Amino acid sequence: MRTIKAFAAMAMMLVIAACSSNQQETAAAASTTVTPGSIADFRQNVGDRVFFDTDMSNIREDGRQTLNRQAEWLKKYTNYQITIAGHCDERGTREYNLALGERRANAAKQYLVAQGIPAQRVQTISYGKERPDPVGSDEAAWARNRRAVTELQ
Amino acid sequence: MMLPRRSTILGGAALAAGAAAVPARAQLTIDMTRPTFEPVPIAIVDFAGDRVGADIANVVRNDLQNSGLFRSIPPGSFIQKDVNASAPPQFPAWRQIGAAGVVVGQVGQAGGNIKVDFRLWDVVVGNQAAGLSFTSQPANWRRLAHIIADAIYKRVTGEEGYFDTRIAFVAESGPGNARVKRIAIMDQDGANSRFITDGRTIAITPRFSPTLQEIVYMAYAEDRSPPRVYLQNVDSGRRELLGNFPGMSFAPRFSPDGTKVVMSISENGQSDIYEMDVRGRALRRLTNTPAIDTSPCYSNDGAQIVFNSDRGGSQQLYVMSAGGGGERRISFGEGRYATPVWSPRGDWIAFTKITAGAFGIGVMRADGGGERMLASGFLVEGPTWAPNGRVLAFFRQQPSSAGRSGSVTLHQIDITGRFERQMPTPGDASDPAWSPLIPQ
Repeated sequence: MRTIKAFAAMAMMLVIAACSSNQQETAAAASTTVTPGSIADFRQNVGDRVFFDTDMSNIREDGRQTLNRQAEWLKKYTNYQITIAGHCDERGTREYNLALGERRANAAKQYLVAQGIPAQRVQTISYGKERPDPVGSDEAAWARNRRAVTELQ
Repeated sequence: MMLPRRSTILGGAALAAGAAAVPARAQLTIDMTRPTFEPVPIAIVDFAGDRVGADIANVVRNDLQNSGLFRSIPPGSFIQKDVNASAPPQFPAWRQIGAAGVVVGQVGQAGGNIKVDFRLWDVVVGNQAAGLSFTSQPANWRRLAHIIADAIYKRVTGEEGYFDTRIAFVAESGPGNARVKRIAIMDQDGANSRFITDGRTIAITPRFSPTLQEIVYMAYAEDRSPPRVYLQNVDSGRRELLGNFPGMSFAPRFSPDGTKVVMSISENGQSDIYEMDVRGRALRRLTNTPAIDTSPCYSNDGAQIVFNSDRGGSQQLYVMSAGGGGERRISFGEGRYATPVWSPRGDWIAFTKITAGAFGIGVMRADGGGERMLASGFLVEGPTWAPNGRVLAFFRQQPSSAGRSGSVTLHQIDITGRFERQMPTPGDASDPAWSPLIPQ
Protein backbone atom coordinates (compact mmCIF):
# COMPACT_ATOMS: atom_id res chain seq x y z
CA MET A 1 0.00 0.00 0.00
CA ARG A 2 2.74 2.40 1.03
CA THR A 3 4.85 1.59 -2.01
CA ILE A 4 1.90 2.16 -4.32
CA LYS A 5 1.28 5.54 -2.71
CA ALA A 6 4.91 6.54 -3.13
CA PHE A 7 4.82 5.51 -6.79
CA ALA A 8 1.66 7.51 -7.29
CA ALA A 9 3.29 10.57 -5.76
CA MET A 10 6.37 10.14 -7.91
CA ALA A 11 4.23 9.78 -11.02
CA MET A 12 2.44 13.01 -10.11
CA MET A 13 5.73 14.82 -9.67
CA LEU A 14 6.98 13.58 -13.03
CA VAL A 15 3.81 14.83 -14.68
CA ILE A 16 4.25 18.20 -13.04
CA ALA A 17 7.90 18.41 -13.99
CA ALA A 18 6.93 17.60 -17.55
CA CYS A 19 4.24 20.27 -17.48
CA SER A 20 6.48 23.00 -16.21
CA SER A 21 9.24 22.29 -18.72
CA ASN A 22 6.63 22.30 -21.47
CA GLN A 23 5.37 25.62 -20.21
CA GLN A 24 8.86 27.05 -20.26
CA GLU A 25 9.36 25.92 -23.83
CA THR A 26 6.08 27.47 -24.94
CA ALA A 27 6.91 30.60 -22.98
CA ALA A 28 10.29 30.85 -24.69
CA ALA A 29 8.70 30.27 -28.07
CA ALA A 30 6.05 32.90 -27.37
CA SER A 31 8.40 35.39 -25.77
CA THR A 32 8.50 37.49 -28.91
CA THR A 33 4.81 38.31 -28.42
CA VAL A 34 5.35 39.64 -24.88
CA THR A 35 6.59 43.19 -24.41
CA PRO A 36 10.03 43.07 -22.78
CA GLY A 37 9.89 44.72 -19.36
CA SER A 38 6.17 44.02 -18.91
CA ILE A 39 4.70 42.07 -16.00
CA ALA A 40 3.78 39.32 -18.46
CA ASP A 41 7.44 39.22 -19.54
CA PHE A 42 8.51 38.85 -15.92
CA ARG A 43 6.06 36.04 -15.22
CA GLN A 44 6.67 34.09 -18.42
CA ASN A 45 10.36 34.53 -19.08
CA VAL A 46 11.80 35.07 -15.61
CA GLY A 47 9.45 33.14 -13.30
CA ASP A 48 7.59 34.92 -10.50
CA ARG A 49 7.75 32.26 -7.78
CA VAL A 50 10.09 30.07 -5.79
CA PHE A 51 9.17 26.96 -3.80
CA PHE A 52 10.09 25.68 -0.35
CA ASP A 53 10.37 22.37 1.45
CA THR A 54 7.87 21.45 4.17
CA ASP A 55 8.07 23.83 7.15
CA MET A 56 11.26 25.36 5.71
CA SER A 57 12.09 28.87 4.55
CA ASN A 58 15.61 28.47 3.12
CA ILE A 59 15.96 29.23 -0.60
CA ARG A 60 16.59 26.01 -2.53
CA GLU A 61 18.96 25.72 -5.52
CA ASP A 62 16.07 25.94 -8.03
CA GLY A 63 14.81 29.01 -6.16
CA ARG A 64 18.25 30.67 -6.32
CA GLN A 65 18.25 30.36 -10.08
CA THR A 66 14.80 31.93 -10.31
CA LEU A 67 15.71 34.75 -7.91
CA ASN A 68 18.96 35.42 -9.81
CA ARG A 69 16.92 35.88 -12.99
CA GLN A 70 14.45 38.08 -11.06
CA ALA A 71 17.26 40.27 -9.73
CA GLU A 72 18.78 40.76 -13.18
CA TRP A 73 15.41 41.66 -14.65
CA LEU A 74 14.47 44.00 -11.79
CA LYS A 75 17.80 45.82 -12.08
CA LYS A 76 17.03 46.40 -15.75
CA TYR A 77 13.44 47.53 -15.21
CA THR A 78 13.60 49.79 -12.18
CA ASN A 79 10.12 51.35 -12.43
CA TYR A 80 8.39 48.52 -10.51
CA GLN A 81 7.74 48.35 -6.80
CA ILE A 82 7.98 44.80 -5.52
CA THR A 83 5.80 42.87 -3.07
CA ILE A 84 6.84 39.34 -2.18
CA ALA A 85 3.87 37.27 -1.00
CA GLY A 86 4.71 34.26 1.18
CA HIS A 87 2.40 31.26 1.22
CA CYS A 88 2.15 27.84 2.89
CA ASP A 89 0.52 24.51 2.25
CA GLU A 90 -2.55 23.57 4.31
CA ARG A 91 -0.64 21.13 6.57
CA GLY A 92 -0.02 23.66 9.34
CA THR A 93 -2.14 25.73 11.69
CA ARG A 94 -3.49 29.05 10.50
CA GLU A 95 -1.54 31.39 12.79
CA TYR A 96 1.77 29.52 12.54
CA ASN A 97 1.43 29.51 8.75
CA LEU A 98 0.98 33.29 8.72
CA ALA A 99 4.35 33.54 10.45
CA LEU A 100 5.93 30.90 8.18
CA GLY A 101 4.68 32.69 5.05
CA GLU A 102 6.23 35.90 6.37
CA ARG A 103 9.50 34.10 6.94
CA ARG A 104 9.48 32.72 3.36
CA ALA A 105 8.67 36.11 1.84
CA ASN A 106 11.46 37.64 3.90
CA ALA A 107 13.95 34.94 2.81
CA ALA A 108 13.20 35.73 -0.85
CA LYS A 109 13.48 39.45 -0.13
CA GLN A 110 16.85 39.07 1.59
CA TYR A 111 18.11 37.06 -1.39
CA LEU A 112 17.08 39.78 -3.86
CA VAL A 113 18.59 42.46 -1.64
CA ALA A 114 21.85 40.50 -1.56
CA GLN A 115 21.78 40.52 -5.37
CA GLY A 116 21.63 44.30 -5.32
CA ILE A 117 17.91 45.15 -5.24
CA PRO A 118 17.38 48.09 -2.82
CA ALA A 119 15.54 46.89 0.31
CA GLN A 120 13.16 49.87 0.20
CA ARG A 121 11.91 48.66 -3.20
CA VAL A 122 10.70 45.38 -1.72
CA GLN A 123 7.88 44.84 0.76
CA THR A 124 6.56 41.53 2.02
CA ILE A 125 3.15 40.15 2.88
CA SER A 126 2.12 36.74 4.18
CA TYR A 127 -1.04 34.89 3.20
CA GLY A 128 -0.29 31.82 5.30
CA LYS A 129 -2.53 29.04 3.97
CA GLU A 130 -5.39 31.42 3.10
CA ARG A 131 -4.74 31.67 -0.68
CA PRO A 132 -3.87 28.22 -2.08
CA ASP A 133 -2.71 27.99 -5.72
CA PRO A 134 -3.46 25.38 -6.86
CA VAL A 135 -6.36 24.22 -4.67
CA GLY A 136 -5.62 20.62 -3.76
CA SER A 137 -4.90 18.18 -0.96
CA ASP A 138 -2.07 16.04 -2.32
CA GLU A 139 1.73 16.27 -2.17
CA ALA A 140 1.93 17.88 -5.61
CA ALA A 141 -0.48 20.68 -4.67
CA TRP A 142 1.21 21.24 -1.32
CA ALA A 143 4.65 21.52 -3.01
CA ARG A 144 3.30 24.25 -5.33
CA ASN A 145 1.66 26.05 -2.39
CA ARG A 146 4.86 26.40 -0.33
CA ARG A 147 5.86 29.45 -2.31
CA ALA A 148 7.02 33.05 -2.38
CA VAL A 149 5.59 35.02 -5.29
CA THR A 150 7.26 38.20 -6.52
CA GLU A 151 4.49 40.62 -7.49
CA LEU A 152 5.16 43.86 -9.34
CA GLN A 153 3.28 47.14 -9.07
CA MET B 1 -22.95 48.37 10.46
CA MET B 2 -25.73 48.46 13.03
CA LEU B 3 -26.30 45.30 14.94
CA PRO B 4 -29.13 44.49 17.27
CA ARG B 5 -28.32 45.68 20.75
CA ARG B 6 -27.68 42.99 23.23
CA SER B 7 -30.60 43.34 25.56
CA THR B 8 -30.50 42.47 29.18
CA ILE B 9 -32.36 39.89 31.14
CA LEU B 10 -34.23 41.91 33.70
CA GLY B 11 -34.20 39.62 36.61
CA GLY B 12 -34.43 36.09 37.92
CA ALA B 13 -35.97 34.84 41.12
CA ALA B 14 -36.02 31.43 42.69
CA LEU B 15 -39.41 29.76 42.93
CA ALA B 16 -40.03 28.24 46.33
CA ALA B 17 -39.70 24.50 46.30
CA GLY B 18 -42.95 22.67 47.03
CA ALA B 19 -41.46 20.00 49.24
CA ALA B 20 -38.56 19.97 51.65
CA ALA B 21 -35.29 19.23 49.92
CA VAL B 22 -34.53 15.53 49.84
CA PRO B 23 -31.10 14.37 48.66
CA ALA B 24 -31.79 13.25 45.10
CA ARG B 25 -30.98 9.70 44.08
CA ALA B 26 -28.75 8.90 41.14
CA GLN B 27 -31.19 9.19 38.28
CA LEU B 28 -31.56 12.97 38.10
CA THR B 29 -27.91 13.64 38.88
CA ILE B 30 -24.74 12.90 36.98
CA ASP B 31 -21.46 12.26 38.72
CA MET B 32 -19.15 13.97 36.23
CA THR B 33 -16.08 12.41 37.84
CA ARG B 34 -17.15 8.91 36.76
CA PRO B 35 -15.65 7.68 33.49
CA THR B 36 -18.98 6.61 32.02
CA PHE B 37 -22.61 7.36 32.69
CA GLU B 38 -25.93 7.04 30.92
CA PRO B 39 -27.56 10.21 29.55
CA VAL B 40 -30.29 11.41 31.91
CA PRO B 41 -33.76 10.82 30.39
CA ILE B 42 -35.66 14.07 30.70
CA ALA B 43 -39.14 15.15 29.55
CA ILE B 44 -39.57 18.81 28.61
CA VAL B 45 -43.21 19.81 28.30
CA ASP B 46 -44.18 22.68 26.00
CA PHE B 47 -44.38 25.79 28.22
CA ALA B 48 -47.96 26.97 28.74
CA GLY B 49 -49.52 30.41 28.43
CA ASP B 50 -48.19 31.67 25.09
CA ARG B 51 -47.35 30.39 21.61
CA VAL B 52 -43.65 31.01 22.27
CA GLY B 53 -43.84 28.40 25.04
CA ALA B 54 -43.44 25.54 22.56
CA ASP B 55 -40.45 27.29 20.96
CA ILE B 56 -38.82 27.78 24.37
CA ALA B 57 -39.29 24.09 25.17
CA ASN B 58 -37.71 23.15 21.82
CA VAL B 59 -34.61 25.25 22.48
CA VAL B 60 -34.24 23.67 25.96
CA ARG B 61 -34.63 20.13 24.51
CA ASN B 62 -32.07 20.86 21.81
CA ASP B 63 -29.49 22.32 24.24
CA LEU B 64 -29.74 19.43 26.69
CA GLN B 65 -29.79 16.70 24.03
CA ASN B 66 -26.75 18.22 22.25
CA SER B 67 -24.69 18.16 25.45
CA GLY B 68 -24.69 14.37 25.28
CA LEU B 69 -25.51 14.24 29.01
CA PHE B 70 -29.28 14.20 28.54
CA ARG B 71 -31.74 12.22 26.45
CA SER B 72 -34.77 14.32 25.58
CA ILE B 73 -37.86 12.06 25.60
CA PRO B 74 -39.99 12.76 22.50
CA PRO B 75 -43.12 14.73 23.52
CA GLY B 76 -45.29 12.35 21.46
CA SER B 77 -44.71 9.64 24.04
CA PHE B 78 -45.84 11.72 27.04
CA ILE B 79 -48.78 10.06 28.86
CA GLN B 80 -49.88 13.03 31.00
CA LYS B 81 -50.99 15.62 28.43
CA ASP B 82 -52.42 18.32 30.72
CA VAL B 83 -49.55 19.26 33.03
CA ASN B 84 -50.26 22.21 35.31
CA ALA B 85 -47.15 24.38 35.35
CA SER B 86 -47.44 25.21 39.05
CA ALA B 87 -48.58 21.86 40.50
CA PRO B 88 -46.63 18.61 40.81
CA PRO B 89 -46.94 16.32 37.77
CA GLN B 90 -48.42 12.81 38.04
CA PHE B 91 -45.14 11.10 38.86
CA PRO B 92 -46.20 7.52 37.96
CA ALA B 93 -47.15 8.66 34.42
CA TRP B 94 -43.62 10.01 33.94
CA ARG B 95 -41.91 7.05 35.59
CA GLN B 96 -43.78 4.85 33.12
CA ILE B 97 -42.06 6.49 30.13
CA GLY B 98 -38.69 6.30 31.87
CA ALA B 99 -38.23 9.99 32.65
CA ALA B 100 -35.89 10.91 35.53
CA GLY B 101 -36.95 14.55 35.37
CA VAL B 102 -39.83 16.61 34.03
CA VAL B 103 -39.53 20.27 33.06
CA VAL B 104 -42.68 22.38 32.99
CA GLY B 105 -43.05 26.11 32.46
CA GLN B 106 -45.41 29.02 32.10
CA VAL B 107 -45.10 32.14 29.94
CA GLY B 108 -46.88 35.31 31.10
CA GLN B 109 -46.95 39.01 30.31
CA ALA B 110 -45.41 41.60 32.59
CA GLY B 111 -45.89 45.14 31.27
CA GLY B 112 -44.46 44.67 27.76
CA ASN B 113 -42.02 42.03 28.93
CA ILE B 114 -42.46 38.30 29.07
CA LYS B 115 -42.19 36.44 32.36
CA VAL B 116 -41.18 32.81 32.21
CA ASP B 117 -41.43 30.44 35.19
CA PHE B 118 -40.05 26.95 35.01
CA ARG B 119 -39.78 24.00 37.37
CA LEU B 120 -37.69 20.86 37.18
CA TRP B 121 -39.38 17.93 38.93
CA ASP B 122 -37.40 14.95 40.14
CA VAL B 123 -39.57 12.04 39.03
CA VAL B 124 -37.54 9.46 40.93
CA VAL B 125 -37.78 11.17 44.30
CA GLY B 126 -41.07 12.93 43.61
CA ASN B 127 -40.16 16.52 44.46
CA GLN B 128 -39.18 19.82 42.90
CA ALA B 129 -35.48 19.93 42.06
CA ALA B 130 -35.25 23.46 40.66
CA GLY B 131 -37.48 26.41 39.89
CA LEU B 132 -36.73 29.87 38.60
CA SER B 133 -38.55 32.86 37.17
CA PHE B 134 -37.18 35.29 34.57
CA THR B 135 -38.47 38.47 33.00
CA SER B 136 -37.20 39.88 29.73
CA GLN B 137 -38.09 41.58 26.48
CA PRO B 138 -40.13 39.25 24.23
CA ALA B 139 -37.38 39.27 21.57
CA ASN B 140 -35.08 37.65 24.13
CA TRP B 141 -37.05 34.42 24.43
CA ARG B 142 -34.21 32.30 23.04
CA ARG B 143 -31.83 33.63 25.69
CA LEU B 144 -34.40 32.81 28.38
CA ALA B 145 -34.59 29.26 27.03
CA HIS B 146 -30.78 28.92 27.13
CA ILE B 147 -30.69 30.28 30.69
CA ILE B 148 -33.30 27.70 31.72
CA ALA B 149 -31.28 24.93 30.02
CA ASP B 150 -28.19 26.15 31.91
CA ALA B 151 -30.11 25.99 35.21
CA ILE B 152 -31.22 22.40 34.50
CA TYR B 153 -27.69 21.41 33.44
CA LYS B 154 -26.28 22.87 36.65
CA ARG B 155 -28.87 21.19 38.87
CA VAL B 156 -28.23 17.77 37.32
CA THR B 157 -24.45 17.87 36.77
CA GLY B 158 -23.36 20.21 39.55
CA GLU B 159 -21.41 22.25 37.00
CA GLU B 160 -22.09 25.57 35.31
CA GLY B 161 -23.88 25.40 31.98
CA TYR B 162 -22.68 26.87 28.69
CA PHE B 163 -25.84 27.29 26.62
CA ASP B 164 -26.31 31.07 27.07
CA THR B 165 -23.19 31.79 25.02
CA ARG B 166 -22.13 32.79 21.53
CA ILE B 167 -19.62 31.53 19.00
CA ALA B 168 -17.54 33.85 16.82
CA PHE B 169 -16.19 32.15 13.72
CA VAL B 170 -14.90 32.66 10.19
CA ALA B 171 -17.68 32.25 7.61
CA GLU B 172 -16.13 30.96 4.39
CA SER B 173 -17.59 31.06 0.88
CA GLY B 174 -16.49 31.15 -2.73
CA PRO B 175 -13.85 29.24 -4.72
CA GLY B 176 -10.79 27.81 -2.96
CA ASN B 177 -8.26 30.15 -4.55
CA ALA B 178 -10.28 33.32 -3.81
CA ARG B 179 -12.13 32.37 -0.65
CA VAL B 180 -14.25 35.05 1.07
CA LYS B 181 -13.59 34.92 4.83
CA ARG B 182 -15.80 37.02 7.08
CA ILE B 183 -16.06 37.18 10.84
CA ALA B 184 -19.52 36.10 12.03
CA ILE B 185 -21.17 35.61 15.41
CA MET B 186 -24.00 33.23 16.27
CA ASP B 187 -25.67 31.82 19.35
CA GLN B 188 -24.09 28.61 20.60
CA ASP B 189 -26.94 26.57 19.03
CA GLY B 190 -26.49 28.21 15.61
CA ALA B 191 -29.34 30.72 15.87
CA ASN B 192 -29.04 34.46 15.16
CA SER B 193 -25.97 34.17 12.95
CA ARG B 194 -24.78 37.51 11.60
CA PHE B 195 -21.72 38.91 9.88
CA ILE B 196 -19.37 41.28 11.69
CA THR B 197 -17.07 42.10 8.74
CA ASP B 198 -18.12 42.85 5.15
CA GLY B 199 -15.96 40.30 3.31
CA ARG B 200 -14.08 42.77 1.11
CA THR B 201 -10.84 41.53 2.65
CA ILE B 202 -9.91 38.30 4.46
CA ALA B 203 -10.68 38.47 8.21
CA ILE B 204 -9.72 35.56 10.46
CA THR B 205 -8.95 34.48 14.05
CA PRO B 206 -11.77 36.22 15.99
CA ARG B 207 -11.59 36.25 19.84
CA PHE B 208 -14.13 37.62 22.35
CA SER B 209 -13.50 40.10 25.10
CA PRO B 210 -14.73 38.80 28.49
CA THR B 211 -17.81 41.05 28.32
CA LEU B 212 -18.58 39.96 24.70
CA GLN B 213 -18.85 43.63 23.74
CA GLU B 214 -15.73 43.54 21.64
CA ILE B 215 -13.87 41.14 19.44
CA VAL B 216 -10.30 41.21 18.19
CA TYR B 217 -9.35 39.63 14.88
CA MET B 218 -6.83 39.92 12.06
CA ALA B 219 -7.82 41.40 8.71
CA TYR B 220 -6.07 42.19 5.45
CA ALA B 221 -6.13 45.70 4.01
CA GLU B 222 -7.42 46.53 0.55
CA ASP B 223 -3.92 47.53 -0.56
CA ARG B 224 -0.82 45.34 -0.17
CA SER B 225 0.02 46.57 3.32
CA PRO B 226 0.46 43.82 5.93
CA PRO B 227 -2.61 42.37 7.65
CA ARG B 228 -3.15 43.71 11.16
CA VAL B 229 -5.12 43.18 14.34
CA TYR B 230 -8.38 45.10 14.76
CA LEU B 231 -10.58 45.72 17.78
CA GLN B 232 -14.27 45.94 16.95
CA ASN B 233 -17.34 46.79 19.00
CA VAL B 234 -19.89 44.06 18.29
CA ASP B 235 -22.96 46.27 18.86
CA SER B 236 -21.93 49.49 17.10
CA GLY B 237 -19.70 47.88 14.47
CA ARG B 238 -17.05 50.56 15.15
CA ARG B 239 -13.59 49.15 14.56
CA GLU B 240 -10.09 50.42 15.19
CA LEU B 241 -6.59 49.31 14.38
CA LEU B 242 -4.87 47.89 17.43
CA GLY B 243 -1.46 49.46 16.92
CA ASN B 244 0.02 50.49 13.57
CA PHE B 245 3.19 48.47 13.18
CA PRO B 246 5.35 48.24 10.05
CA GLY B 247 5.01 44.43 10.01
CA MET B 248 2.12 42.01 10.24
CA SER B 249 0.31 41.72 13.59
CA PHE B 250 -1.73 38.56 14.16
CA ALA B 251 -2.97 35.86 16.55
CA PRO B 252 -4.62 38.25 19.06
CA ARG B 253 -6.28 37.18 22.31
CA PHE B 254 -7.74 39.08 25.29
CA SER B 255 -6.48 38.70 28.83
CA PRO B 256 -9.12 37.20 31.18
CA ASP B 257 -9.86 40.67 32.65
CA GLY B 258 -10.10 42.23 29.18
CA THR B 259 -7.56 44.98 29.85
CA LYS B 260 -4.85 43.56 27.60
CA VAL B 261 -4.48 41.88 24.24
CA VAL B 262 -1.59 39.53 23.57
CA MET B 263 -0.57 38.97 19.93
CA SER B 264 2.31 38.30 17.54
CA ILE B 265 4.09 40.95 15.50
CA SER B 266 6.43 40.11 12.62
CA GLU B 267 9.58 41.98 11.72
CA ASN B 268 12.12 40.81 9.11
CA GLY B 269 10.62 37.34 9.10
CA GLN B 270 10.80 36.99 12.88
CA SER B 271 7.54 36.69 14.85
CA ASP B 272 7.51 37.58 18.54
CA ILE B 273 4.81 37.93 21.19
CA TYR B 274 3.75 41.32 22.50
CA GLU B 275 1.22 42.48 25.05
CA MET B 276 -0.82 45.63 24.47
CA ASP B 277 -2.75 47.60 27.04
CA VAL B 278 -6.19 48.06 25.45
CA ARG B 279 -6.90 51.53 26.90
CA GLY B 280 -3.50 53.18 26.82
CA ARG B 281 -2.16 51.17 23.85
CA ALA B 282 1.21 50.75 25.56
CA LEU B 283 3.12 47.90 23.92
CA ARG B 284 5.37 45.48 25.74
CA ARG B 285 7.54 42.87 24.11
CA LEU B 286 7.32 39.44 25.77
CA THR B 287 9.56 37.23 23.58
CA ASN B 288 12.62 37.95 21.46
CA THR B 289 13.97 35.00 19.48
CA PRO B 290 14.63 34.45 15.76
CA ALA B 291 11.93 31.76 15.97
CA ILE B 292 8.21 31.86 15.24
CA ASP B 293 6.49 32.61 18.56
CA THR B 294 2.73 32.75 18.12
CA SER B 295 -0.79 31.62 19.15
CA PRO B 296 -0.43 33.06 22.69
CA CYS B 297 -3.16 32.45 25.29
CA TYR B 298 -3.37 33.59 28.92
CA SER B 299 -3.96 31.19 31.78
CA ASN B 300 -7.38 31.50 33.42
CA ASP B 301 -5.88 33.61 36.24
CA GLY B 302 -3.95 35.81 33.80
CA ALA B 303 -0.61 35.02 35.44
CA GLN B 304 0.89 32.92 32.64
CA ILE B 305 0.86 32.69 28.86
CA VAL B 306 1.04 29.50 26.81
CA PHE B 307 2.17 29.78 23.18
CA ASN B 308 3.74 27.77 20.38
CA SER B 309 7.28 28.27 19.14
CA ASP B 310 9.68 26.52 16.77
CA ARG B 311 12.71 27.79 18.72
CA GLY B 312 13.75 24.21 19.50
CA GLY B 313 13.58 23.14 15.85
CA SER B 314 9.93 22.11 15.65
CA GLN B 315 6.67 23.71 16.70
CA GLN B 316 6.08 22.99 20.42
CA LEU B 317 4.18 24.45 23.36
CA TYR B 318 5.85 26.74 25.90
CA VAL B 319 4.61 28.49 29.04
CA MET B 320 5.99 31.79 30.32
CA SER B 321 4.95 34.30 32.95
CA ALA B 322 2.45 36.89 31.71
CA GLY B 323 5.05 39.66 31.87
CA GLY B 324 7.50 37.56 29.84
CA GLY B 325 10.34 35.38 31.06
CA GLY B 326 10.57 31.97 32.69
CA GLU B 327 9.86 30.25 29.37
CA ARG B 328 9.69 26.46 29.55
CA ARG B 329 8.66 23.82 27.07
CA ILE B 330 5.69 21.65 28.12
CA SER B 331 5.01 19.44 25.04
CA PHE B 332 7.27 16.45 24.49
CA GLY B 333 5.21 13.95 22.49
CA GLU B 334 5.71 12.93 18.90
CA GLY B 335 4.79 15.52 16.26
CA ARG B 336 4.20 19.28 16.24
CA TYR B 337 1.99 21.08 18.75
CA ALA B 338 0.05 24.27 18.03
CA THR B 339 -2.77 26.66 19.06
CA PRO B 340 -2.69 26.07 22.83
CA VAL B 341 -5.74 27.33 24.74
CA TRP B 342 -5.92 27.37 28.50
CA SER B 343 -9.15 26.03 30.03
CA PRO B 344 -11.32 28.61 31.85
CA ARG B 345 -10.96 26.30 34.88
CA GLY B 346 -7.18 26.26 34.59
CA ASP B 347 -6.88 22.48 34.69
CA TRP B 348 -6.18 21.68 31.02
CA ILE B 349 -4.52 23.17 27.96
CA ALA B 350 -6.13 22.14 24.66
CA PHE B 351 -4.05 22.09 21.48
CA THR B 352 -3.81 21.07 17.84
CA LYS B 353 -1.31 18.29 17.16
CA ILE B 354 0.21 17.55 13.76
CA THR B 355 1.68 14.11 13.16
CA ALA B 356 2.84 12.49 9.92
CA GLY B 357 -0.45 12.19 8.11
CA ALA B 358 -3.08 13.64 10.40
CA PHE B 359 -4.18 16.42 12.71
CA GLY B 360 -5.60 15.93 16.19
CA ILE B 361 -7.23 17.91 18.99
CA GLY B 362 -5.97 17.03 22.46
CA VAL B 363 -5.58 18.22 26.01
CA MET B 364 -2.68 18.18 28.47
CA ARG B 365 -2.23 19.54 31.97
CA ALA B 366 -0.47 22.88 32.36
CA ASP B 367 2.72 21.03 33.34
CA GLY B 368 2.53 19.00 30.11
CA GLY B 369 1.40 15.77 31.78
CA GLY B 370 -1.69 13.69 31.14
CA GLU B 371 -1.81 14.22 27.36
CA ARG B 372 -4.97 12.81 25.82
CA MET B 373 -6.25 13.06 22.25
CA LEU B 374 -9.96 13.79 21.77
CA ALA B 375 -10.48 14.02 18.00
CA SER B 376 -8.47 13.48 14.84
CA GLY B 377 -8.83 13.78 11.08
CA PHE B 378 -7.31 14.98 7.83
CA LEU B 379 -7.37 18.52 9.21
CA VAL B 380 -8.78 19.41 12.62
CA GLU B 381 -7.64 22.66 14.18
CA GLY B 382 -8.23 25.49 16.57
CA PRO B 383 -9.81 24.25 19.82
CA THR B 384 -11.76 26.73 21.95
CA TRP B 385 -13.31 26.14 25.38
CA ALA B 386 -16.91 26.52 26.44
CA PRO B 387 -16.94 28.64 29.62
CA ASN B 388 -17.46 25.62 31.91
CA GLY B 389 -14.24 23.96 30.67
CA ARG B 390 -16.02 20.67 29.90
CA VAL B 391 -16.77 21.13 26.20
CA LEU B 392 -14.55 22.22 23.32
CA ALA B 393 -15.30 23.44 19.83
CA PHE B 394 -12.89 23.16 16.87
CA PHE B 395 -13.06 22.93 13.08
CA ARG B 396 -12.74 20.09 10.59
CA GLN B 397 -11.69 20.56 7.00
CA GLN B 398 -12.15 17.84 4.37
CA PRO B 399 -9.53 17.35 1.64
CA SER B 400 -9.92 19.43 -1.50
CA SER B 401 -10.37 17.56 -4.74
CA ALA B 402 -10.50 18.51 -8.42
CA GLY B 403 -9.72 22.14 -7.55
CA ARG B 404 -12.66 22.43 -5.18
CA SER B 405 -12.17 23.27 -1.50
CA GLY B 406 -13.18 20.58 0.94
CA SER B 407 -16.01 21.52 3.29
CA VAL B 408 -15.10 23.22 6.58
CA THR B 409 -17.34 22.68 9.59
CA LEU B 410 -17.49 23.51 13.31
CA HIS B 411 -17.71 20.70 15.85
CA GLN B 412 -18.08 20.37 19.59
CA ILE B 413 -16.79 17.56 21.75
CA ASP B 414 -16.86 16.69 25.44
CA ILE B 415 -13.54 16.82 27.29
CA THR B 416 -13.79 13.04 27.67
CA GLY B 417 -13.70 12.74 23.85
CA ARG B 418 -17.36 11.70 23.69
CA PHE B 419 -20.41 13.31 22.09
CA GLU B 420 -18.75 14.92 19.08
CA ARG B 421 -21.36 16.70 16.99
CA GLN B 422 -21.29 19.12 14.11
CA MET B 423 -22.47 22.62 15.04
CA PRO B 424 -24.93 24.15 12.58
CA THR B 425 -23.60 27.13 10.59
CA PRO B 426 -25.11 28.92 7.58
CA GLY B 427 -22.23 27.77 5.33
CA ASP B 428 -18.61 26.69 5.59
CA ALA B 429 -17.10 27.83 8.89
CA SER B 430 -13.70 27.71 10.60
CA ASP B 431 -11.82 29.12 13.58
CA PRO B 432 -14.50 29.08 16.31
CA ALA B 433 -14.13 31.20 19.46
CA TRP B 434 -16.52 30.31 22.27
CA SER B 435 -17.67 33.26 24.37
CA PRO B 436 -17.96 33.38 28.14
CA LEU B 437 -21.52 33.18 29.54
CA ILE B 438 -23.42 36.27 28.38
CA PRO B 439 -23.64 38.74 31.29
CA GLN B 440 -27.27 38.74 32.57
